[in-house]
Amino acid sequence: MITAAVQEREDYLNATHGLKSWLLTKDHKRIGLLYLATITLFFFLGGAFATVIRIELLTPGGGLVSSETYNKLFTMHGVTMIFFFLIPSIPAVLGNFFLPMMIGARDLAFPRINLLSWYLLVVGGLFALFAMLAGGVDTGWTFYTPYSTTYSNTWVIATALGIFVAGFSSILTGLNFIVTVHRMRAPGMTWFRMPLFVWAHYATALIQVLGTPVLAVTLVLVLCERVFHIGIFDPALGGDPVLFQHLFWFYSHPAVYIMILPAMGVVSELISTFSRKAIFGYRVVAFSSVAIAVLGFLVWGHHMFVSGQSVFAGMAFSFLSYFVAIPSAIKVFNWTATLYKGSISYATPMLYAFGFIGVFTIGGLTGLFVAALGIDVHVTDTYFVVAHFHYIMVGGAIMAYLGGLHYWWPKMTGRLYPEAWAKLSALVIFLGFNLTFFPQFILGYLGMPRRYHTYPAEFQILHVLSTAGASVLAVGYAIPMIYFAWSLRYGKVAGANPWGASGLEWKTASPPPVHNFDRIPVVTHDAYDYSTVVGEAVEVG
Amino acid sequence: MGLPRLFPVQASTFAPDVDHLLYFLLAVAVFFSLAIFCSIFYFAIRYRRRSENELPRAIHGGMALEILWSVIPLGLTMVMFTWGASIYFNESRPPDNALDIYVVGKQWMWKLEHLGGQREINELHIPVGQAVRLTMTSEDVIHSFFVPAFRTKQDAVPGRYTTTWFTPTKAGKYHLFCAEYCGTNHSRMGGWVYVMEPRDYEAWLSGGTSGGSLAENGQKLFDELACGNCHKPDGSGRCPSLTGLFGKTVQLAGGATVKADEGYIRESILQPQAKIVAGYGPIMPTFQGLVTEEGVMQLIEYIKSLGPPPALPR
Repeated sequence: MITAAVQEREDYLNATHGLKSWLLTKDHKRIGLLYLATITLFFFLGGAFATVIRIELLTPGGGLVSSETYNKLFTMHGVTMIFFFLIPSIPAVLGNFFLPMMIGARDLAFPRINLLSWYLLVVGGLFALFAMLAGGVDTGWTFYTPYSTTYSNTWVIATALGIFVAGFSSILTGLNFIVTVHRMRAPGMTWFRMPLFVWAHYATALIQVLGTPVLAVTLVLVLCERVFHIGIFDPALGGDPVLFQHLFWFYSHPAVYIMILPAMGVVSELISTFSRKAIFGYRVVAFSSVAIAVLGFLVWGHHMFVSGQSVFAGMAFSFLSYFVAIPSAIKVFNWTATLYKGSISYATPMLYAFGFIGVFTIGGLTGLFVAALGIDVHVTDTYFVVAHFHYIMVGGAIMAYLGGLHYWWPKMTGRLYPEAWAKLSALVIFLGFNLTFFPQFILGYLGMPRRYHTYPAEFQILHVLSTAGASVLAVGYAIPMIYFAWSLRYGKVAGANPWGASGLEWKTASPPPVHNFDRIPVVTHDAYDYSTVVGEAVEVG
Repeated sequence: MGLPRLFPVQASTFAPDVDHLLYFLLAVAVFFSLAIFCSIFYFAIRYRRRSENELPRAIHGGMALEILWSVIPLGLTMVMFTWGASIYFNESRPPDNALDIYVVGKQWMWKLEHLGGQREINELHIPVGQAVRLTMTSEDVIHSFFVPAFRTKQDAVPGRYTTTWFTPTKAGKYHLFCAEYCGTNHSRMGGWVYVMEPRDYEAWLSGGTSGGSLAENGQKLFDELACGNCHKPDGSGRCPSLTGLFGKTVQLAGGATVKADEGYIRESILQPQAKIVAGYGPIMPTFQGLVTEEGVMQLIEYIKSLGPPPALPR
């Protein structure tokens, strides 16, 4: 009887059927899955571009594709990965699905706007895809003027429109999160009982809402100059090309925190659950997210130390950049301290969390290098910078995204993935990632400029190592695709709380019912209180 | 191919400065990485889960530790900031005796011109031990003049002058790259910097020129464009005298002042309405399109050659 009842139980996946029930859904969980499918496609598209780039760079002479094609490949790799994969990744998939559940809400504050956000991403993505199929775009994802406004003969307008539209997806998601956190918390869910994942998303949402409009304005100005020849950035028309860089980085530096803050939120959940301990210095970690969001808006000029901005401006931006390093360092120290006297499990999500700390530490510490003025003059626009931001964005953000996906997969689907395969792929990804990008630090300091189709032969060995790593990394990313799909049908049934986790999302069935909770929970404990989770506890420590 | 180098050659006075800061940063980075990695490894093994029902005692944090691991990194980063900024500051202050060379970037080549009129494309010949100051601009998009062996890099921005300088310390042949993405052949926009012993450099200089010096060519251009009809040397023309202008502080209409440097003179030729000298009318037409970036540089050198500021009349 009981078994039959479990199988018949209605959840958000089987409550309604048909394509229409998905395309018109207002359920934040289903919208999260729509995002998951969409950004997975973009991830493999961006990955395909990267694959061709890495194969091309095996040889210094550039024999595989033409320079025009190469330039389009790295541009489309960057545009796809940043605007259509990384920016939406954790917030729009995991945040959409779990932020309401973690604060005990039945949905986000504005379910229709949430669905609209997904459609905006799809429409923006179609614009970008159209541009890629029609002939591509070759400006770099940074669209520096006057190249993008006057000199490039590629599909700048369609691409910029795509990013413009997708930007509204990000703004609306951020708005939805802010209002949801303010208005929809369950009884007893005070601000300082919220999981750190929610704090991180709140801080991210502030950046999405305050920063993204500046990108929208900047792209409109680029279009005005390109289409109507209104002189804004091109000196031949009376404009200032460096003005573009100020506007672009005013959004695009904080955008790095749109990618990494949610990743930090995921890692806080993983570290706590799999060491079964409250995060050391909970409030400090929570406030460090907000500090990063605020300080992140004050450092954009560190992308422009050799652009001709004044020496004084360079010094001010270098000084401020070091302040944003401190809250990031604090998080790493607190995660490490959380492990002390914990009960540490080596489940796959925890391996991703360890991997995250490892690569994020290297990515963050090399951030100190590029913030140092004298060093940055040498390494800016070289592979050193390429390696640095891939350590943050691929090593950091994607590893946390995959860790989070493994962690919450049982909740999302009701099934467990195969643990051995998952551990293997986590290891392959970690090794492949480091082999791909660590040699690029050395390449960059040696002076190898970025965005180079051809290069001097003396750099070849390091490029070959990097390409070898990328092959390993590609295998690592392919394995989870296969076993996640496999697990949907054949995975072990997960149960409500397979990890012994403490969050509210684990206090409801897997997969959750349509309205998340049969009864709205009343919160009586701080986040990460495991005393109520572990039955017949064995005290340690 | 042999084993790859891990560090680039040092061939300017800045190179050891930058590398020393790098070594400091590497030491800090290795220390903190090892501290964190070792702690994680140790905790992960020492406190591994031994039974499914384990419940560790909750530890909520310690303010003393939080302060400690905020203040120590902050102190270290301030050392990094100060050290890096002092190098950057030096890189922005060329010595007075620096050798002036003009650079124009265009898709996809570097055009360089020496004061003696010697022109080069994608090559730069300079003497060892002599400070060199580059004044650069671009004809089209943004480029960036990058010599890894010198650890210097400077964007060449259309519509304005930027400068950089270095003192080469070792004779040899070093990569010159364009570091700012500039279109199709970006990766081929580069060449070599030849640092030569002074004797070889003199020989190269004497063999390399066909026309006159930069200032002489500037004078020809000045006459061709009939600048002298208005800019009379004695100040009796409709426009200010240019004699002794360079380096002087100019009083503008509206009360502001400006130092007459390369950037100001360039702007005054191409956008004469931008800054009007006090006491004169806005009558000069723009020479945008009539004179190339190289021509402007020649005119600047000619104006520089018109002597020092005259002694003030008593």
